Amino acid sequence: MKTKFGNLKINSNATQKILAFAGLIVLIIVFSIASPHFLKFSNIKGILLSTAVNGVLAIGVTFVIITGGIDLSVGTGMTLAGVMTGVFITNMKMPVPLGVLLGILTGALIGFINGIGVAKLKLPPFIATLGMMQVTKGLSLVISNAKPIYFYETPNFTKISTDSVINRLIPGFDIPNAVLIMFILALIGGAILTKTIIGRYTFAIGSNEEATRLSGIKVDSWKILIYTITGVFVGIAGVLMSARLNSAQPAIGTGYEMDAISAAVIGGTSLSGGEGTMLGAIIGAFIISVITNGLRILSVPQQWQMVVTGAIVIFAVYADILRRRKA
Amino acid sequence: MADILVSMQDIDKSFPGVHALKKCRFELRSGEVHALVGENGAGKSTLMKVLTGIYQKDSGKILYKEEEVTISSPRQAREMGISIIHQELNLAQHLTVAQNIFLGREPRKFPRFVLDEREINKKTEKLLEMVHLDVEPSTRVSNLTVAKQQMVEIAKALSFDSEVLIMDEPTAALTESEIEELFKIINNLRNKGVGIIYISHRLEELKQISDRITVMRDGSYVNTVDTKDTTIDEIISMMVGRVIYESSPEIPTDKQEEVVLEVRNLNRGKVIKNVSFKLKKGEILGFAGLMGAGRTEVARAVFGADKLESGEIFINGQKVSIKSPADAVKYGIGYLSEDRKRFGLTLGMDIETNVVMASFKKFLKYLIWVNKKKTSQVASQIVEILKIKTPGIGQKTKNLSGGNQQKVVIGKWLTRDSNILIFDEPTRGIDVGAKSEIYKLLNDLAKQGKSIIMISSELPEILRMSHRIVVMCEGRITGEINANEATQENIMKLATAREA
Repeated sequence: MKTKFGNLKINSNATQKILAFAGLIVLIIVFSIASPHFLKFSNIKGILLSTAVNGVLAIGVTFVIITGGIDLSVGTGMTLAGVMTGVFITNMKMPVPLGVLLGILTGALIGFINGIGVAKLKLPPFIATLGMMQVTKGLSLVISNAKPIYFYETPNFTKISTDSVINRLIPGFDIPNAVLIMFILALIGGAILTKTIIGRYTFAIGSNEEATRLSGIKVDSWKILIYTITGVFVGIAGVLMSARLNSAQPAIGTGYEMDAISAAVIGGTSLSGGEGTMLGAIIGAFIISVITNGLRILSVPQQWQMVVTGAIVIFAVYADILRRRKA
Repeated sequence: MADILVSMQDIDKSFPGVHALKKCRFELRSGEVHALVGENGAGKSTLMKVLTGIYQKDSGKILYKEEEVTISSPRQAREMGISIIHQELNLAQHLTVAQNIFLGREPRKFPRFVLDEREINKKTEKLLEMVHLDVEPSTRVSNLTVAKQQMVEIAKALSFDSEVLIMDEPTAALTESEIEELFKIINNLRNKGVGIIYISHRLEELKQISDRITVMRDGSYVNTVDTKDTTIDEIISMMVGRVIYESSPEIPTDKQEEVVLEVRNLNRGKVIKNVSFKLKKGEILGFAGLMGAGRTEVARAVFGADKLESGEIFINGQKVSIKSPADAVKYGIGYLSEDRKRFGLTLGMDIETNVVMASFKKFLKYLIWVNKKKTSQVASQIVEILKIKTPGIGQKTKNLSGGNQQKVVIGKWLTRDSNILIFDEPTRGIDVGAKSEIYKLLNDLAKQGKSIIMISSELPEILRMSHRIVVMCEGRITGEINANEATQENIMKLATAREA
């Protein structure tokens, strides 16, 4: 009897991803019928590019969500990482690779501190990262003097996001690097999650933290590591964002955390922990971009775009609850 | 001849792919304790869920006080006078005793939305008196022991004026003395004409408390017998339909083996007081005592799960410092918690992951990469050696029966090559057939030279399995008995040797 239910459960896990993917396809079909501009290559490129940053953030935040935690600081953390990249490269005249590396490390440091707060100080993740969200937002403004930092003297920097390696391989197919980087990071993130001990413990902690601890696993240290990994992705997102804009904008970033968390959740990552995939997070990120883009093409006001995205998050979580109840 | 309160006839129930109940029968008279027994998965719970309106029957009839009824919701069942006390207690931990008992039907004052806290506490006091539970109605439930929470559940059922009371494994978490108290209350209720359906795996108890016993197997009704005309062996053979492993063949009592674990003067507040003991190689050391005696606390302290105030631990004669479970595991100690669902397994994950959970480092290549081939190989071996019943190692552990879950936890520590295994209530909530398999496994492990600490509240289990028995009471060790000298009586005497 239990066996049958067991198989059903395994299958339904895949269903969530298929459901999200099917939703994405349906959205694309609907929008392409509604507007002839939607499927134009330039528009698709726009969707891909706008997904890149959110996609990377979604990959990062998926890690902590699977542990049963949350990271609200990914949006403004990204901003701070971008600003610091600007400080290192433009203000301090460091070489671009070094500046990029230090920018990513800034993100990692933010994640590390979040991890200390959650694992060692036992702060609820919501609170620890809510505080960090404000701290990073404030620091970005303080450090940059509330002014954008431009990368005009280092033209190579912007190429990280805007150049197209693919175009060189397949001429005419000029998908920006940022998109390529997102897909590569998704593969790396997926590998970490499913193939390595880090991923295994991520799921174990989210599934049953006390049982994991009693298996002799240093849960605190692993949590710090996992928050730090999220931070690394935040740092990369910061670099990609600044490179795309060719400037570090200290005032953006707020709200990105919600898009990233929504993407993860739409893709089937459970906010109560123990479940989630990178593919899901990427599909989720695309769903959000496609909706935003499609509605914009159809001239729906931006306020309404938010309403729609919010409703979809609620629907996605409800679908997840239904699925669980059945299994 | 007493009145027939409930009569369930030819009850059939299927779930997708499973025929859970096959033409089941059950009858309950007023003023009787009717035990319902069967292995896990026999259909006891499903039958009771049909009776309490959680599931709807596919076919068959339910007569309540000789009238055919349809029970469509738990609420309706309760209003009719049928109450159930689930094994997993359903109390809101953050509310008080009184608030829990009257949850959903709180007495109100004027104006209507103001709660009458005085009234609710007064009513609760009376109910608590009926179950001889000596706590304040305003006590938070989270501050009560499991046993007391159980009493609160019973008081709650009484508050509905129930005529039918279903108890699912009511003694699973209770100690001998608490069970006695519970039986007094059950007898009281029986004398008042309440019909009690009593589900339990502890067959010794049924002889003591029940009037009739109905046996189920594989979703089918097997037989109903008068308790006084039957023996435990007869019931077991009806339940399992096969011969089971009975007891440990030989218990060498005076082992001259080396000491692998020594604990000296362990202290932690009021729960562990100056505890010292030795564990030898290949030995099963039983820890007996009443609930709250501090046995689990000692186990957790040795395992590094809780902080100690003072005390020394020696492994193979070497003094060691165990500050976390990670340290304990490093020294080859494995801990199998009494609550395997909360502390032993990650239920949402598969058998394979759970089995290698404590020893992942053995299965890594390139620093962090999990060697999937090796982990699945080891997990398959464990499934085979421990005879875990599962369609495969990819099965999530929450879909396994209690006995098989316990085997997965054992497998986890075997994979880790733990030499000292601490079993905390290893057979709690496990059915008779699986229980005997676990016993056999413990004996085999001891024979292979593993040292085992077994905490158990079931005296027959302690007596049958242990080479030596340590008895605790109120945080102290009150005695140590060799297996050949141990009796239920002298253990109980030590277990109640309270300090003046």
